[in-house]
Amino acid sequence: MIAEHLPILQVVLPLLAAPVCIFLRNPRAAGALAVLTSWSALGIALSLLREVMSTGVVSYAIGDWAPPIGIEYRVDIVNAWVLVIVATIGAVVTPYAITSVESEVDRKRIPLFYAAYLLCLTGLLGITITGDVFNVFVFLEISSLSAYALIAMGQRRRALTAAFRYLIMGSVGATFIVIGIGLLYVMTGTLNMADLAALLPEVWDSRTVKVAYGFLGVGMCLKLALFPLHLWLPNAYAFAPSAVTAFMASTATKVAVYMLLRLFLSIFGRHFSFEVMGLDLILLPLALVAIVSMSLVAIFQVDVKRLLAYSSVAQIGYMILGLSFASVTGLTATLLHLFNHALMKGALFMALGCVVYRIGSVHIDAMVGLGKRMPYTMAAFVVGGLSLVGVPLTVGFVSKWYLILGALEKGGLWMGVAAIVLVTSVMALVYVWRVVEVAYLRDFAGDERVREAPWSLLVPTWALVLANLYFGIDAVRISAVARGAAEALMIGIGS
Amino acid sequence: MTASTLLLLSLAVPAAGAAVILLLRYNPNAREAASLVTAGALFTIVLRIYLAVSVGDRPALVLAEPIPGIPIALEAEPLGVLFALVASFLWIVTTMYSIGYMRGHPLRPEIRDVMATLGIDRDREKRQARFYLFFAFAIAAVMGVAFAGNLFTLFVFYEVLTLTTFPLVTHSRSEAARKAGRVYLGVLFTTSVVFQLLAIVWTYAIAGTLDFQDGGILSGRAAGAVVPVLLGLFVFGIGKAAVMPFHRWLPAAMVAPTPVSALLHAVAVVKAGVFAVLKVTVYIFGIDFIAATGASVWLMWVAAATIILASLVAFTKNNLKVRLAYSTVSQLSYVVLGAMLANQLGVVGGGMHIAMHAFGKITLFFCAGVIIISTNRTEVSQLKGLGRVMPITFGAFFIGALSIVGLPPTGGAWSKWFLGMGSLEAGQIGLVAVLMLSSLLSLVYLMEIPLQGFFGRPRRAPDRDAAGEDDHDHGGDFHTPPRWSMAAIITTAVACVILFLYPEPFYRLMTMVAGP
Amino acid sequence: MSVDLFVSHYNYWVVIFLMMVGFYILISRGNLIKKIVGLNVFQTSVFMLYISMGKITGGTPPILLDDPHGEGEAVGHVLYSNPLPHVLILTAIVVGIATTSVGLALAVRIKEAYGTLEEDEINRVEAQTEAAE
Repeated sequence: MIAEHLPILQVVLPLLAAPVCIFLRNPRAAGALAVLTSWSALGIALSLLREVMSTGVVSYAIGDWAPPIGIEYRVDIVNAWVLVIVATIGAVVTPYAITSVESEVDRKRIPLFYAAYLLCLTGLLGITITGDVFNVFVFLEISSLSAYALIAMGQRRRALTAAFRYLIMGSVGATFIVIGIGLLYVMTGTLNMADLAALLPEVWDSRTVKVAYGFLGVGMCLKLALFPLHLWLPNAYAFAPSAVTAFMASTATKVAVYMLLRLFLSIFGRHFSFEVMGLDLILLPLALVAIVSMSLVAIFQVDVKRLLAYSSVAQIGYMILGLSFASVTGLTATLLHLFNHALMKGALFMALGCVVYRIGSVHIDAMVGLGKRMPYTMAAFVVGGLSLVGVPLTVGFVSKWYLILGALEKGGLWMGVAAIVLVTSVMALVYVWRVVEVAYLRDFAGDERVREAPWSLLVPTWALVLANLYFGIDAVRISAVARGAAEALMIGIGS
Repeated sequence: MTASTLLLLSLAVPAAGAAVILLLRYNPNAREAASLVTAGALFTIVLRIYLAVSVGDRPALVLAEPIPGIPIALEAEPLGVLFALVASFLWIVTTMYSIGYMRGHPLRPEIRDVMATLGIDRDREKRQARFYLFFAFAIAAVMGVAFAGNLFTLFVFYEVLTLTTFPLVTHSRSEAARKAGRVYLGVLFTTSVVFQLLAIVWTYAIAGTLDFQDGGILSGRAAGAVVPVLLGLFVFGIGKAAVMPFHRWLPAAMVAPTPVSALLHAVAVVKAGVFAVLKVTVYIFGIDFIAATGASVWLMWVAAATIILASLVAFTKNNLKVRLAYSTVSQLSYVVLGAMLANQLGVVGGGMHIAMHAFGKITLFFCAGVIIISTNRTEVSQLKGLGRVMPITFGAFFIGALSIVGLPPTGGAWSKWFLGMGSLEAGQIGLVAVLMLSSLLSLVYLMEIPLQGFFGRPRRAPDRDAAGEDDHDHGGDFHTPPRWSMAAIITTAVACVILFLYPEPFYRLMTMVAGP
Repeated sequence: MSVDLFVSHYNYWVVIFLMMVGFYILISRGNLIKKIVGLNVFQTSVFMLYISMGKITGGTPPILLDDPHGEGEAVGHVLYSNPLPHVLILTAIVVGIATTSVGLALAVRIKEAYGTLEEDEINRVEAQTEAAE
């Protein structure tokens, strides 16, 4: 009964809850509704994952119009996995937002905040779940437009310019994607992903398909902030409200990476991407430059939120690097890092949100001696930071392990790639440790009244921190899911 | 109680001890009693594991599985038992020593520094408890290293050890401590990630497993230039073995309080490094495989160079603790050399040197600490004639130095003997010369201290006051060393001699590792 | 390239021209409102692309003329324009309007916060405040 409608509920539930938030008018009530919605979304995502794991692909025809004519929601192991990631972060960040937003957003705008937030969640879940490429565009714009609004709610006025810049670049990216979709439609007459995957091999030779590939690639890379198309990201993350940063950093770029994998591997297919278009050769240098240069830039940041934003661009480089290996191990690394990076950056940005809540700034000089003043917050930052660095017993290590293993499996010059991954881990240690050193090895000199953040912020933060540790110690099941998803992507959507 | 439960306890007991210490932080007597009880309990546990292993048992236990096929597993084998025995026994002694050291003369300047960090400010007890807390965690990590059942587990606890000792090194939070902390973490973390982790993943890619197995897992699977490169990545990647040029962290770590230097940076941490090198050579490569491929020849000479160069640097250091640190760098490479010789004698010698050097060097550090708190002197040149005031301390220093140099009647003679024989068997006459030369060097730079102490002419130092040097030192200002600390010094010095007369247990364990 | 090919694909030339005009405005203008205008032109060119590709020469509107219940043999043979791209672009137009309105709303608030809509002036104000901090 209701179980068979889960795919549509996944999207419709937050979509309907969003306007209700506006009508509620009361910040607390709107927050409670958002929490409830995000938890239900997680429940749905988890049961979808379980269903996919036990019975295989779940296909849902919207309005009973059979695909490929109607819009199909199609859940396989890959997007069930991404759905769980997005919903998990949503479920953790939403309760966190209640307290955090009260201190950072104008009170009368708070219901609007939750509306935009839920729309963003809707969009991200929609992109992930749909099996129709034009639908992807629609959800992409739902999530992006709400994201622009969310970022613009930041306390400082630079949030506005950051949001505007993101709007311009994001819209250009989205338009590129529409062009690509249109060209594909011209060649095949279909918008259904599975159908496209079946029809495309016949027209591989046409220049139109290759142009479509290019437009889609550039559009997606803009959305996922692959170097050098990342320029919108640092300011957007740095000036958005803390809860928004934590949510966006852990989900938005992840979904874009998923879309890239879906388009290029499931729809165009491994053969076309790697052997005809040479995708791996294009992405490899970009990923490496992203990792090295952005880690380097992060080292010199004084605003810790910005520091982590640059680190995010570098981490996206790791994900794309895994893809450029064109192997199951590499893709496993990418998919694991989707999840793991969501956990670590979520935890880190939430810890920073706690700092903002108490001292109103995350400038590195403002964080002097905080280790003693806010012990739980800073301990969360340390664990999250270690995870970012990739210390064993944290999730960061697991994804790094697969990344290096993937590089070594290829042998030869790829040894150098493995070395770069390892050296940049040390760079990550440098930028994380700068903050740790300031917080722990210097004496607090700020306002005597500064004390630990409230429990309503600490509990969600620590939930993610503990997840960082748990999935770093017991990663067997999660690695199995990631590997299964990687294999499914390499085989293609049809089978 | 089964042997595998004991393994779990060997990690759990220090961790639980840390929790108790934290609870008792406002009651120094109870807290120190708890420390002693924990250390004693741990040693008993390790002793029982030893009894099981010495009759051929190999208890094992799987803790978790972070990556499919690569669990975090514990397994007790002879080499690990040897290391655990040494570390847990010396933890008891160090605890005794710290009790005296920390309480002995609370107003002495160095103590005040330590106390200020531990400290005399208002949350002093909290900070002191933090010190014991991380200390206990570090010991738990050392046990994890000793009983690691596969290379991955070893790596995990190795990194945990780095991170838990960082707060101890930077304990005083001064600018110097911060700098030292950066060097410490920078060198240890960089080498372990860039070289060691690469080598581990590479090993896994080649062998498909990371388990420690008799005879190694790489033999027959790797060939050609890969073997020496991989071995090199391990030797340099295990930065705690302090093979040059990755040794800088060890002298830097000397800013820590002396008990930390004594147990962690003369015994636990550095021995974890050379222990890992031995483990990798014996159980990952297999000594026969290394000997057959000749993969380790270039590393023998790297180790030999470290032995000589570090001794030469030790000469130039006037600060007693730093001189001892460089001596440690030099001595650690003996163990690395023993491993690289890749024959039975070399491995036996290397393994025994872990134990012998531990007892010798901890004695020296204990003495250095007692000298500091009794006279507030930290430089070698200030020690002339002090032996007549502190005969027991300088006598113990003399015995410890004998053991480091490798002269009878101390335990150090045995390990040097086996290492020399191993070099001969490997056909490396040059290495024998290196060993002789280095013994000579250490004889000079270590014996200088007790000899000057007993026979040197004490120098009243108006010139020093004129030079505006630190004025805590008023020549005759002398405090009787704390009794607890003296007991610890006598224990380890006597142990050095006993180990000469009765090296049997360690020898037996090592022959179980390397074959008779 | 023959003139024929050029002329027969004239819709593409129009699309490309519009697209480049929009893109150029987007990049070269410092005024935020002009940027939004450029973005609009850019998006509109894509709408044109979709609509023109649904057009089939000689095709009728996609309305069934014959009795759908009968066995009207003509049904299958009637040439009609593809309605799907038109429908898609209706959605895209809605998205475009939403983007424009969000962009304009941001522009209004930027004007309130900075007192200007010129990008270089905003940057200058920012540089000043940052130096002041």
